[in-house]
Amino acid sequence: MTALTQDPAYNFAYLDEQTKRMIRRAILKAIAVPGYQVPFASREMPMPYGWGTGGVQVTAACLTPDDVLKVIDQGADDTTNAVSIRKFFQRTAGVAATEATADATVIQTRHRIPEVPLHEGQILVYQVPIPEPLRFLEPREAETRKMHELEEYGLMHVKLYEDIARHGQIATSYAYPVKVEGRYVMDPSPIPKFDNPKLGGCPAIQIFGAGREQRIYALPPYTAVVSLDFDDHPFTASKAPHDCDLCGADESYLDEVIIDDAGGRMFVCSDTDFCAGRQTAGHRGRLSPKAAGKGM
Amino acid sequence: MGVIDMTVQNLGLDRPLLTVNTLTKRYGIRIGCADVSFDLFPGEVIGIVGESGSGKSTLLSCLAGHLQPDLGRVTYCGRDVLAMPETERRRLSRTEWAYVHQNPRDGLRMGVSAGGNVGERLMAVGARHYGSIRDTATDWLGRVEIAADRIDERPSAFSGGMQQRLQIARNLVTAPRLVFMDEPTGGLDVSVQARLLDLLRGLVRDLGLSAIIVTHDLAVVRLLADRLMVMKGGRVVEQGLTDQVLDDPQDAYTQLLVSSVLQV
Repeated sequence: MTALTQDPAYNFAYLDEQTKRMIRRAILKAIAVPGYQVPFASREMPMPYGWGTGGVQVTAACLTPDDVLKVIDQGADDTTNAVSIRKFFQRTAGVAATEATADATVIQTRHRIPEVPLHEGQILVYQVPIPEPLRFLEPREAETRKMHELEEYGLMHVKLYEDIARHGQIATSYAYPVKVEGRYVMDPSPIPKFDNPKLGGCPAIQIFGAGREQRIYALPPYTAVVSLDFDDHPFTASKAPHDCDLCGADESYLDEVIIDDAGGRMFVCSDTDFCAGRQTAGHRGRLSPKAAGKGM
Repeated sequence: MGVIDMTVQNLGLDRPLLTVNTLTKRYGIRIGCADVSFDLFPGEVIGIVGESGSGKSTLLSCLAGHLQPDLGRVTYCGRDVLAMPETERRRLSRTEWAYVHQNPRDGLRMGVSAGGNVGERLMAVGARHYGSIRDTATDWLGRVEIAADRIDERPSAFSGGMQQRLQIARNLVTAPRLVFMDEPTGGLDVSVQARLLDLLRGLVRDLGLSAIIVTHDLAVVRLLADRLMVMKGGRVVEQGLTDQVLDDPQDAYTQLLVSSVLQV
C-alpha cells in the first residue's frame, strides 16, 4: 500500500462539499431504485470525457480518508488511465492505494469486474461511456425515458434478434444488456459479457457513473440481475478458449497479446492483480520465464 | 331471431368498435378538425377524403392518440381512449391497433433488418423464442409478397413499394383489430399502387380488420372503403356509403371533388 499526503490546495477528493453532497443524493436514489438512471449535475473534471469523469466523480463522493483505493483499466492496475486516476486521488485525497482487490474498500474500474470475488463493505465504481442501453436503437432521449417508464423493452430483443440473424448467435460480447430485479433494463457499461454473471448477487455495492451523459445508476448488494436472451438462444458467458500463458488460470478473462510479427500471440489474464497473485503462489503458464526450467 | 343475428350479437359485431363524438382539434385560432362524429363497426372500413389541409391527418392523429384533441370523446370497445392512462394506450397501439404511415421511413426502423422490423411487435408483447419469431416474420413477408430470402436485408435496400408492404406486415403481425392508414399508397407509382391495394383488400377481408383510411385518392376509397367521409376546412361535409357518395354527391365540394378526377 502506498499513501501520499493530500495537496492542501484542494478540497478533500477534489470536488467541493456541495457537489459531493449532490452526487451522494443521486447515488442514494440510484441505490433505492436499482438500475434506474438518475440524472446528476456532472462537473467538469481535470481530464477529458471518456477517461472516466463519471467514475471519478462517484469515487470522489464515496471516498473517506480511511478508504483504500484500487483503480483498474480493462482489469490492469498499471495502464495509463488507472495510473492517472489513482495518482489524482492520492494527491487530492491523500488516501491509501492498493493493487490487491481484497484489501481495497473502493475500486474504480473501467470495463472489468475483478476476478477475486468482492465482499461486503466494498464499493465498485464503473466508468460508463453511454448509460442508455436502448440508445443505438432509439436515438430520442424523451422516447427512451418513456420506454423505461412503461417497461417497453421489446426493442432490446430486436438488437439480440439482429445479432442472431446476422451472425447465427448473440454476437454482443460486451455491454450486454441486463434486467435488474425484473424491472429496469440496464447497460452494465462495456464489461465483457463474461463478467455479467458476477453482477447479480454481488455482496459489494456497484455504482455506475457516466460523466458526459450526466447519469448515475447502481446495483445494491445481492441484487437480482438477469442477462437478456432468447429461449432458444440462451445467454452464455464467453471467454477466449485458452489458459493464461503466465499463470495457467483457466477460469479468468483473457487478453490476447500479439508478441511478434510472425503471428505469435499469447493470452494473459486481463486482471493483473489476480494473475500476479497466482504467479506468487507458484502457478505457471505456457510462456512463464521460469517454466522452461521445469521442462514444460 | 335468426342464426346470423345471434352470431352478430355474440361477437359484439352490432356494437361499434370505435365511437367518435364531436372531436375538435385547434391549432391556435386555426381549426385542425372540428365537430367530427362517427361510429366504426367491427370489420368496417371507413375512408376519409378531402384536399390537402382539410384536417384528415389531424383527425387520424387524434384518433390514434398521437395528438391530444381539444374537445370530444373517442371510445374504443367501451373504453375512453383519451382518458385512459398512457401505459394502456401504448399497449393498445402495439397490440390491437396499428398505424400505417404515409412514408414507410416513419413507420419502419431503417437500421434493422426486415425480419427484425416484423418481429419487433411480437417481441414487444413478450415473444422470446427466436425460431418462432423468425417463422412468423417469414410467413408475413410471404403474405405481403416479399421474397423470404430478403428477410435479413435492411429496408433501405428495398424499393418504395416493398417498404410500404413491409410496414404493413410489421403492423399486422400481431393481428390488430383496428388499423389507421395515412395515405398508404401515397408516393407509389400506379402499377405498384394497384398491387398494394389488391393486397390490402385481401388482408382486410381475410383478417376481418376494421380500418380508417385517410387519402386524397378517390380510387383508393372506392376499392377499399365501405363508408366515406368527405372533409373540407376541418369539417365533415358529407358522409355515407362509398358508392352512394361517389355516384350521387350532394355537397357542392364533393361534386367538385368527384368531377375533378382525371379520366384516362
